Amino acid sequence: MSVDKDNVVKIAKLSKISFKDDEIEKFQEDLNQIIDWVDQLSEVNTETVSPTFSSFDNDKGMKKREDIINDGNYREDITVNAPNSEEGFFLVPKVID
Amino acid sequence: MKKLTELCLYDAREGLLNKDFTSKELVLDHIAVMESSRSLNAFITETPEIAIKSAENSDSRLNKGTNRDLEGIPIGVKDMFCTKGVLTTASSKMLSNFIPPYESTVTNNLWNEGAILLGKLNNDEFAMGSSNETSFYGPVINPWKGNNNEQNLVPGGSSGGSSASVAANISLGALGTDTGGSIRQPASFTGTVGLKPTYGRCSRWGIIAFASSLDQAGPITRNVRDNAILLKNMCSHDPKDTTSSSKKIPNFEESIGNSVKGLKVGIPNEFFQEGMSNEIIDIWDKGKEWLKKSGAEIIDISLPNTKYALPCYYIIAPAEASSNLARYDGVRFGHSVNSSDINEMYRATRSEGFGDEVKRRIMIGTYVLSSGYYDAYYLKAQKVRSLITEDYNKVFNSVDVILTPSTPNSAFGLNEKSDDPLSMYLNDIFTVPVNLAGLPAISVPAGLDSNGLPLGLQLIGKPFEEETIYSFAKVIEDSANFKNIENQWWVQ
Repeated sequence: MSVDKDNVVKIAKLSKISFKDDEIEKFQEDLNQIIDWVDQLSEVNTETVSPTFSSFDNDKGMKKREDIINDGNYREDITVNAPNSEEGFFLVPKVID
Repeated sequence: MKKLTELCLYDAREGLLNKDFTSKELVLDHIAVMESSRSLNAFITETPEIAIKSAENSDSRLNKGTNRDLEGIPIGVKDMFCTKGVLTTASSKMLSNFIPPYESTVTNNLWNEGAILLGKLNNDEFAMGSSNETSFYGPVINPWKGNNNEQNLVPGGSSGGSSASVAANISLGALGTDTGGSIRQPASFTGTVGLKPTYGRCSRWGIIAFASSLDQAGPITRNVRDNAILLKNMCSHDPKDTTSSSKKIPNFEESIGNSVKGLKVGIPNEFFQEGMSNEIIDIWDKGKEWLKKSGAEIIDISLPNTKYALPCYYIIAPAEASSNLARYDGVRFGHSVNSSDINEMYRATRSEGFGDEVKRRIMIGTYVLSSGYYDAYYLKAQKVRSLITEDYNKVFNSVDVILTPSTPNSAFGLNEKSDDPLSMYLNDIFTVPVNLAGLPAISVPAGLDSNGLPLGLQLIGKPFEEETIYSFAKVIEDSANFKNIENQWWVQ
C-alpha cells in the first residue's frame, strides 16, 4: 500500500472534498490500485529527457496580444449564475474574524 | 423516398439546396425521432423551440440564396460546450443549474454557418469515463445490441450521447470532445465515424475544461464525408485560445476520394496486445489488405514507449483535471451548499456536486502534484510524454499514417466495468497515445464482430494532416461497406 489512510485524508483536505469513513477506505483502495499501476513509469530511463507540458506547436511561441482592455462591462452576465450576489459582487461567508 | 432522418448530412444538404424539402421539415422529423428515442437517454436538454426558429430562418435564407455552408442542418452538441442561454451541465450535478452567458467558439462557428442546435448531449461527468456511466443524468444506451441478446450495452464514452444520437439517426452529426479517446472509442462502439483533430485545430474556448493540454473538440458522423464537412466549419484561429492554431484551414472535404497510391501505412508492433481477441486482429488485417489493394504500402513500425502511454495519461490528465476543477467552489456558479464557514462551504459543495469518478481523478491529480510526489509522478510523466511524442515524430519520417484498432474490444454491457476503474481505463489503450502526442486520429467503422457489434479502425496522422487521414478513411469506408443498425428497437 503506497498511500496510507492518513495520506488519503490529507489529499482529501487539499482537494477540499470530505469523505465518510467507509468512503475513505474505498478511495484508499482505488487510489492504491491506480498509483501502483502508474508506478511502472519508474522503470523508464528519463535522465536526459526534458518534459513536454503541451503538444502545441511552439514554432513561433505562444501568441501574445497587446496588453489593452478588449472586453468587459457585463457584470450582470457574470454574477447571474452566482448562488449569492449583491450589487455586482459575489457573496461568501465571513473569511476573517 | 427515404425518411429525412435516414439521410446523411451531405445528402440532407443537397436536398435543401435542391428544395426537395425545407429545413423546417428536416428539423421537425429529427425532433420527432429525438422524442421517440428518449429511451436511449442521449440528450440532457432538448431544444426544439430553438431548432424550429432557426430552421425558419434557414429556410428564408435558402429561398433568398443567402444560405451558408451548413444552412438548415440539425446537429447535437455534447454538454461540454457552453451554449449561450441553454443549460450546460458537463453531465454533473455541479453544473446542473448552469446557464452560460456566452457561446463556445466551436459552436458559434457552426451557428454562423447555418447549423441548427437540436439539443445538448449526455456524456460522462466532466468527460471522465469510457462508458457514459458516470453521468449525473444516467447512462446512455447503445442503439446496437449483440446477436440474440437483450442486454443493454454502453455507447462508449465520454461522448456517449453524441455517438448514440448519430448512430440512432437522431441528429445528422454531433460534436464531441476527446481527451484520451472520448470521440474515437464511442464512435467505434456505435459504428460511427469520429475524428479527434490535431491539438490546436479547434478552439477550446467555451469548452468546459478537463485536461487542457489534451482536450480537443471533434465531429461524430455517419460517414467520412460528413465528418470532413463538419470539421471544416468547426475550425478557426481564435485569439481567445492561445493554443489555437493559425495554420490555414483546408477544405477537408476535397481530400475525400484522393488516391492513397504510393502512400505508406505504418503498423505498430507494440499495438499487438497479449490476449488481444482474434476478431480485433482479423479486422486489423482486413484494414491492411484494403489499403494495400488501394495501392498503399504497408510497413511494420515500432513505437517502443506505447505501453507507458496509459499510465502516463493517468497521471497527466488527473493532474490537469484537479487544477481545472478547483474552480467549482460554489461561489460564482453551479451547485452550492450554504455554510457559515467558507472551507466547510467549499467541501460540502464539492462533496455533493461531484460524482465518484470525478472525485477519484481530483484525488489522484492532487496526489501526483503534491509536495514530495511531484517529481516522481507528474514531472516523470511529462518526460515519458516527450519519449512517446518522439516515437511518433521518428516514425512519421517514414510513413504517412498509422493503422491500428480503435479499441481492444467491442461495446460492453452496462454495469460490466463500472466497479473497476482500472479495467475501465484500459479501454483507452489505443487512443490515449494520440492525445499525449497532440496528433489527429479518426475511428472508422470497419465491420462487425461475431456478436454482431461494430468494430472500428483507427488512422493516426501527422500534425495538421487531417486531409491524409480522410483520404485513407474513405478507402476503409468504401472497402468495409459498413451498414448502420436497422432494427430500431428503442423507438417508442
